[in-house]
Amino acid sequence: MQTHDQPTLKAEARNFNFFYGEAQALKNINMPIYDKKVTALIGPSGCGKSTYLRSFNRMHDLYPGNRYEGEIRFFPDNTNLLSPEVDPIEVRMRVGMVFQKPNPFPKTIFENVAYGLRVRGENNKRMLDDKVEHALRGAAIWDEVKDRLQDLAPNLSGGQQQRLCIARALATDPELLLFDEPTSALDPIATGAIEELVHELKKRVTILIVTHNMQQAARVSDYTAYMYLGEMIEFGKTDEIFIKPKEKRTEDYITGRMG
Amino acid sequence: MSQNNISGLPQVSDRLAKNAMRHVSERLIEFVLFAAAAVSVLTTVGIVYVLVTESIHFFQNVPISDFLTDTQWTPLFDDAHYGIMVLISGTLVSSGVALLVAIPMGTIIAIYLSEFANPKVREVAKPVLELLGGIPTIVFGYFALLIVTPLLQTIFPELPGFSLLSAGLVMGIMIVPYIASLSEDAMRAVPMSMREGSYAMGATKLHTAIHVVVPAAVSGLAASYILGISRAVGETMILAVAAGMQPNLTWNPMEPAATITSYIVQVALGDLPHGSIGYQTIFAAGLTLLLITLAFNIAGQWMRRRFREAY
Amino acid sequence: MQKSMTTEQIRALIARGKLKDRIFQALGIVCLALGLLVITLLVGDMLIRGLERLNLDFFTNFASRRAAQSGILSAWVGTILVMFVTALAAVPLGVAAGIYLEEYAKRNWITEIIEINITNLAAVPSIVYGLLALGIFVYTFGFGQSILSAGLTLALLILPIVIVSTREAIRAIPAMIREGSMAVGATRWQTCRYHIIPYAMPGILTGVIIGLARAIGETAPIITIGALTFIAFLPPAPFTVTGADGISAGLFDWVMSPFTVMPIQIFNWTSRPDPAFEINAAAAGFVLMAMVLSMNAVAIYLRYKMRKNIKW
Repeated sequence: MQTHDQPTLKAEARNFNFFYGEAQALKNINMPIYDKKVTALIGPSGCGKSTYLRSFNRMHDLYPGNRYEGEIRFFPDNTNLLSPEVDPIEVRMRVGMVFQKPNPFPKTIFENVAYGLRVRGENNKRMLDDKVEHALRGAAIWDEVKDRLQDLAPNLSGGQQQRLCIARALATDPELLLFDEPTSALDPIATGAIEELVHELKKRVTILIVTHNMQQAARVSDYTAYMYLGEMIEFGKTDEIFIKPKEKRTEDYITGRMG
Repeated sequence: MSQNNISGLPQVSDRLAKNAMRHVSERLIEFVLFAAAAVSVLTTVGIVYVLVTESIHFFQNVPISDFLTDTQWTPLFDDAHYGIMVLISGTLVSSGVALLVAIPMGTIIAIYLSEFANPKVREVAKPVLELLGGIPTIVFGYFALLIVTPLLQTIFPELPGFSLLSAGLVMGIMIVPYIASLSEDAMRAVPMSMREGSYAMGATKLHTAIHVVVPAAVSGLAASYILGISRAVGETMILAVAAGMQPNLTWNPMEPAATITSYIVQVALGDLPHGSIGYQTIFAAGLTLLLITLAFNIAGQWMRRRFREAY
Repeated sequence: MQKSMTTEQIRALIARGKLKDRIFQALGIVCLALGLLVITLLVGDMLIRGLERLNLDFFTNFASRRAAQSGILSAWVGTILVMFVTALAAVPLGVAAGIYLEEYAKRNWITEIIEINITNLAAVPSIVYGLLALGIFVYTFGFGQSILSAGLTLALLILPIVIVSTREAIRAIPAMIREGSMAVGATRWQTCRYHIIPYAMPGILTGVIIGLARAIGETAPIITIGALTFIAFLPPAPFTVTGADGISAGLFDWVMSPFTVMPIQIFNWTSRPDPAFEINAAAAGFVLMAMVLSMNAVAIYLRYKMRKNIKW
């Protein structure tokens, strides 16, 4: 791994365990997330990849009975995101998320993108205009919606909705962007657009993406982690994982013998 | 269908005959059940028929322009006046007071139960609200007259023993459970993914509730408010007991006044001969009441269509 | 600008937001507590004020001009008899209508009208039912100001409640049960009779109780049909000798009798100027509340138990 482009760390899970009540869903996960790279989480359904992803912005705190153990360190400030002293809201202000199904708010396109800015107390019209446009351009949807910013967002097509949700997440300049199977509800053309966008976005932001589609992982990611039954089986550069995995179980999954 | 085929045949086997019998009794049962369902339609037809025919008799004696513009309502006096605005003012003022209490309180309770309270609190609170909603309105009338009015008089010494304010406030409390319960149902129907989207942006619970959940549930909220309005406008006993029953064209809640409903009660308590003009006034008043309720309901349905849930 | 927001600023922002959350939460609890307070205040006030009247005599005396000797005998008997008629009319009609709409009705304009109609009837003010009854039952059918008129009026009033709860109870039954019954050759009615109705029974029962609890407290429509406020006799019991002429009452004579009910008795007492009658109103109010609240409590308990017992 001593290549010349050794990236810097953005986050790192250390001895991370997660419990839904008594049931342990994630077991002793250790894994780095590199800055301005795309890291994909793959594995069969129920392997815990979404659970893992949702730990990065403390989504599990919304429901009672969930428990974290271990650490997820966030750099450069070396904060433990899971520490009880760290407010989940503070974590979510730094970590954006795009969901499996597009979930635009029942508001106008403009207000959807401005949502996070307003949450942060930003109400300056000029500032909001700039940021919203910038985010919509960043999510490659500006040209489609620039003349209808006051339309209701739920009237957009599914693919547009998802890119709007990406713009919404981008507007607040998150340090890490989580994608939870962002294309599973979309048709192939919309999927292609999102994948292209992910590729484009990594210049600006670190990305962690869950996908059940191995081709997608291969296409968009720099690093891939294979998870199975709550454990991380193998982590490495995407090329290496897909071409010569070290673990037999990874190889079985990738070559389609299971999953 | 099979029945038609069989009946044409010269010989009918026992089994087929039995089948045909079964078919006939099935049709009979279906008809009986349909008739039961039709009773509700007959009720509506009956309501409209009774109100309209009696009102027609009434309007043969009283010009409709007088009814709408006269500023006095004295149908039982020698110098009879029939200005319905007098009763409408009492109805609108008391309903206004009630809704000023019920809509904010009901909405706050709904948001609290749907977005903040833990499930245990909710499981206790919902039945308590239902119990509150089940209290007979005559008991609320007692409450308004003998508890709330004296209480208000310590704050406003000039408040009379009967007032629209006191009746309206208690009516508001009576309506809170309806609004809270229906609004809460509407908000809980908003998919969790919508809330997660907001929380993921770093929003607090209150911000999420106000900026995402409430807009998403707006048509359900509107429906609950409309029901609240219907209840307020149609409420009778609280007003008959606590608001006084003298007709009084006023927009001041501190005064006593009759409403459409309490006027009907007042007349019914007396001994008016069937067919007299005094008897007909209550149907004209009832028709007015029904039209006001209907107007609010149509407005509500229009609003629901306008702001249909987008998720 | 975003980048320039320091950690301290963000934390201050979050602290402000969380403070607002807590303030709102407190507001919510206060509003809820106010509801609870009203119930407690009401029941407590009526109990304390009415305590001196709450003895056996109060239940066995007729209303009287002297407050201290007044009782609720004719009122509670009237209420029970009216409820009996109401239940007898509303339950079969409501359940049958509910079954029709869920199990038989085709999706056509007639069904549509019936459904819209039921929704709208629920929003019609109760006093309008009183006017309907005055015009139809009292004068057109000639039932007069009787228990029968009152019972039928309240039956129409609670019909939407019974229909809606029947439909909800039926809708909760999985299609598999219906299909299972039809598959062994049962007709539609047999399926209803032996499967749908028994399974839906607890839900229907809950709706009926809630409907009756609503009806028991209804005052306005009964006043409108002209129920008397001062009744110092009971409706004739079947087969008892009523008059001096020695003719005994028939089985159903009581349905045509004049009557009074609990809420009207309370209304009558609250509108007397003499404060001694307030004590009677309080005592009668307490009895009525006890009836209504216990009916509602039974319904809530039934629903709670049903939710726990669903096994499919």
